[in-house]
Amino acid sequence: MEFLNAFVAFSNFVIVPAIAYGSQLALGALGVTLIYGILRFSNFAHGDTMAFGAMVTILVTWWFQSMGINLGPMPTALLALPFGIAGAALLVLATDRMVYRFYRAQKAAPVILVIVSMGVMFVMNGLVRFIIGPDGQQFADGERFIISARNFKTMTGLSEGLAFRTSQAITIVTAVIVVALLFWFLNKTRTGKSMRAFSDNEDLALLSGINPERVVAYTWIIVAALATIAGVLYGLDKGFKPFTYFQLLLPIFASAIVGGLGNPLGAIAGGFVIAFSEVTVTYAYKKVLIYLLPESLEPSTLVQLLSTDYKFAVSFAILIIVLLFKPTGLFKGNTA
Amino acid sequence: MSISMRNITLFLIVGALIFGSGFVQGWNTALLILNMGLISAIMALGVNLQWGFAGLFNIGVMGFVALGGLAAVLVSMPPTTEAWAVGGLRMGIALLTGVATIVGAGNLYRRMAPGNKRTLAMIVFLIGGFLLFRFLFDPAVLAIEKVNPAGTGYLGGLGLPVLLAWPVGGLFAAGAAWVIGKTALGLRSDYLAIATLGIAEIIIAIMKNEDWLTRGVKNVVGIPRPVPYEVDLQASEAFLNRAASFGFHDPVMASTLYVKLAYAGLFAVVLVILLWLAEKALNSPWGRMMRAIRDNEIAAEAMGKDVTARHLQIFILGSAICGIAGAMMTTMDSQLTLGTYQPLRFTFLIWVMVIVGGSGNNWGAVLGGFLIWFLWVEVEPMGAKLMELITAPLNDGYWLKDHLQNSVAHMRLLTMGLILILVLRFSPKGLIPEK
Amino acid sequence: MSNPFLIGENMTGGYGRGADILHDCTISVAKGEIAVIVGPNGAGKSTAMKAVFGMLNLHKGSVRLDGEDITKLAPQARVAKGMGFVPQTQNIFTSMTVEENLEMGAFIRTDDFSNTLSQVYDLFPILKEKRYQAAGELSGGQRQQVAVGRALMTKPKLLMLDEPTAGVSPIVMDELFDRIIEVARSGISILMVEQNARQALEIADKGYVLVQGRNRFTDSGKALLADPEVRKSFLGG
Repeated sequence: MEFLNAFVAFSNFVIVPAIAYGSQLALGALGVTLIYGILRFSNFAHGDTMAFGAMVTILVTWWFQSMGINLGPMPTALLALPFGIAGAALLVLATDRMVYRFYRAQKAAPVILVIVSMGVMFVMNGLVRFIIGPDGQQFADGERFIISARNFKTMTGLSEGLAFRTSQAITIVTAVIVVALLFWFLNKTRTGKSMRAFSDNEDLALLSGINPERVVAYTWIIVAALATIAGVLYGLDKGFKPFTYFQLLLPIFASAIVGGLGNPLGAIAGGFVIAFSEVTVTYAYKKVLIYLLPESLEPSTLVQLLSTDYKFAVSFAILIIVLLFKPTGLFKGNTA
Repeated sequence: MSISMRNITLFLIVGALIFGSGFVQGWNTALLILNMGLISAIMALGVNLQWGFAGLFNIGVMGFVALGGLAAVLVSMPPTTEAWAVGGLRMGIALLTGVATIVGAGNLYRRMAPGNKRTLAMIVFLIGGFLLFRFLFDPAVLAIEKVNPAGTGYLGGLGLPVLLAWPVGGLFAAGAAWVIGKTALGLRSDYLAIATLGIAEIIIAIMKNEDWLTRGVKNVVGIPRPVPYEVDLQASEAFLNRAASFGFHDPVMASTLYVKLAYAGLFAVVLVILLWLAEKALNSPWGRMMRAIRDNEIAAEAMGKDVTARHLQIFILGSAICGIAGAMMTTMDSQLTLGTYQPLRFTFLIWVMVIVGGSGNNWGAVLGGFLIWFLWVEVEPMGAKLMELITAPLNDGYWLKDHLQNSVAHMRLLTMGLILILVLRFSPKGLIPEK
Repeated sequence: MSNPFLIGENMTGGYGRGADILHDCTISVAKGEIAVIVGPNGAGKSTAMKAVFGMLNLHKGSVRLDGEDITKLAPQARVAKGMGFVPQTQNIFTSMTVEENLEMGAFIRTDDFSNTLSQVYDLFPILKEKRYQAAGELSGGQRQQVAVGRALMTKPKLLMLDEPTAGVSPIVMDELFDRIIEVARSGISILMVEQNARQALEIADKGYVLVQGRNRFTDSGKALLADPEVRKSFLGG
């Protein structure tokens, strides 16, 4: 019983949140890794693309809510998601047309594109703050819990509750569906294969008659979709705030690099590695330990390795360790 | 020829812009822009050293600036003797333990043969060290933070003259740069970028959370000044007479302007020295070698140049300059407010300065520093005016009008991004290109 | 040889704005024949082939395919016109399977290419065996087969090979040459740059010896092999 209680507490505060957070990071990192694989630069505007897509979704959600349209127990945001994706896709396609394409034609060095993406980041950041403001926004509605902690306790008779929030469930389910779709697209469709071919060997792809502008356009649309979905899921789970999305850039890049930049499978693995490390290192284990240790040994402190404010330090430390010992990432990434 | 007619004109234009804002918005505003412009120019000089000379992609400027701010606090604030008494010693031992753990683990890594045994030994050693560190550290923190939490709650500083903090700030930043450089400089440029971005976030996180050291988000205020206080000036007969002889009869105005001018003088001295040094360096064999490495790393390496060591050198120097600027800024503000340290403002804006001014050219970086800072300050009121004009046809109280007028503050990010994109596209060498 | 299928005539040019590498160089291939370009290192062999394929700035001369002037066309457009090109290095998609490589070769085709696919598998049986394996995991010779197979998937009328036997063992080289002859027999013209001059000239209908970007000797493969001067200078006696 005591052990079960400890396990439930651990699941409630570590496993479930980490899986949800890991899914969000994985989706974000997939976007970064696709851009890197196809367009060959690290896109610093990715966090703000997520914020933009999420913002459009939120605005449409509010509009739906004001018209009384909803999804019952599910958040209305899911209904608004396609609009957010469309908005983000239009934005990134326009950005590509107006900004990035010029440098592609010039075959500019990747670092120039990175600096350009910093400029785009500024603009998108300003745009989002201009439209929705810099403050936090709530847009989650519907049923809050699938299993609430109290229901769980009465169901199982344990003294620890396992709360399973709707946003967490939706995050995990959506992430699985999105990843499955993405891999189906990349591995089974002609366009998807042409994207992989382009990422693998650009010159040969050109020789094979693959149209680079088409590949790039598809990539941006997919990236916009991934970014928006990641942004909305994160927003549902933890609330929307433009600056938070900028800060997410660090764990997202860490995930993509740890997994191997340019490798979609690696991005997913990296996302979970980073998420689990962040959550396990910053969790206060007192709640788990009181069930496992005899009363005399009960911890007097929170038994927290690092304060939650240092979660960035965790993703950063993992990033550095991986870069030093395995520079191509856990899964072999594109190093060119 | 280092300064052509064109460049002089550019500097004159920026000078006229700042001067002009004095006429429109008052001299106090103009001097504020000038002073932050001087500091920005120094930061841009530091980033230009790394990017323009060596092609190093450092987007952790904010962290080095904050370390400079920390130096200002630690050097000039009076020590909290009580806090030292209750927790100082234990804290010192704790920190030494932490350092010893890291150094020890490094030694283990070097001494032992690779394999599972080494990994295990290192893990055990690190965990043991960490637990010991926390055992010493946590009570010390509690004890220190308990001492008059509303007023101090931290160890305080050394109570030395604040001007000393400027070189110390440079040293702090240099130390951090050494650690980062040792680990991350061999990496690809975008990895270095992520690494520096990360380290900056961590430095800020530490300074925000370790209240015993910095008071965190409770801010340190009242950092001693290197220049006289306004109230003292206003009480001084000699000063008032002198001000009057220059035509200033309002003592409050005269004293504020005097203080700002004094800062401007101090900052200008630092800028001139650093600019002179940077120019010397650029045109020395060392500078030429740096640029040779930047332009073709492989060829330079083949010629026997130790690229990584040179990069480390310049990374430390550039970061130190940012640290100095950070200490100067905190000195001018007389306070360390960690909540205001945001990467868009302290890292990316500096990058805009360097790129717009002209990467690889020290004068360009300085010009970019002044110009972009001027725009950063002025875009908001200008945007507000513009928005008033645009929304004039709309009815008062209409939601869109209110929204647009309230959002004007965010115009500056948009504008800076646009400026950066446009300059990169149409004039990638910047206003004063590299020679 | 009165009416060659492909001819690059009096080509003069170089890469980008660099110095000229080719000087008045002429290369041609007749229908269903094998033409081979040989010559010492730095003679501009690969450059001549790239010029024919449109990867060079030509400021003199022209390229005609089946009578049509294609001098101004981009390489991609030439692929659509029926030219297949196998680069010397990085000529496969290493992270994709053998079959996906071949599919990518057929990317511009909108018709059903399963026939061509089985033809390629007939030509290179080992590829059928390894069709689901990543191409990057194959041996050097097998990778070259993938590369040639990929180029064949567009059903080209002309196949251009840039040193197809570079870095493979002599046995594999012989086998590759056999396959190339087989391809030529099916009516596809072949233009090939080769380091192994002697073996290549043996299978060549026509040979070009280039020196410093100029035509030095042009004759049938046999005649070149028999020419004492060619033997002495370029075939090692």
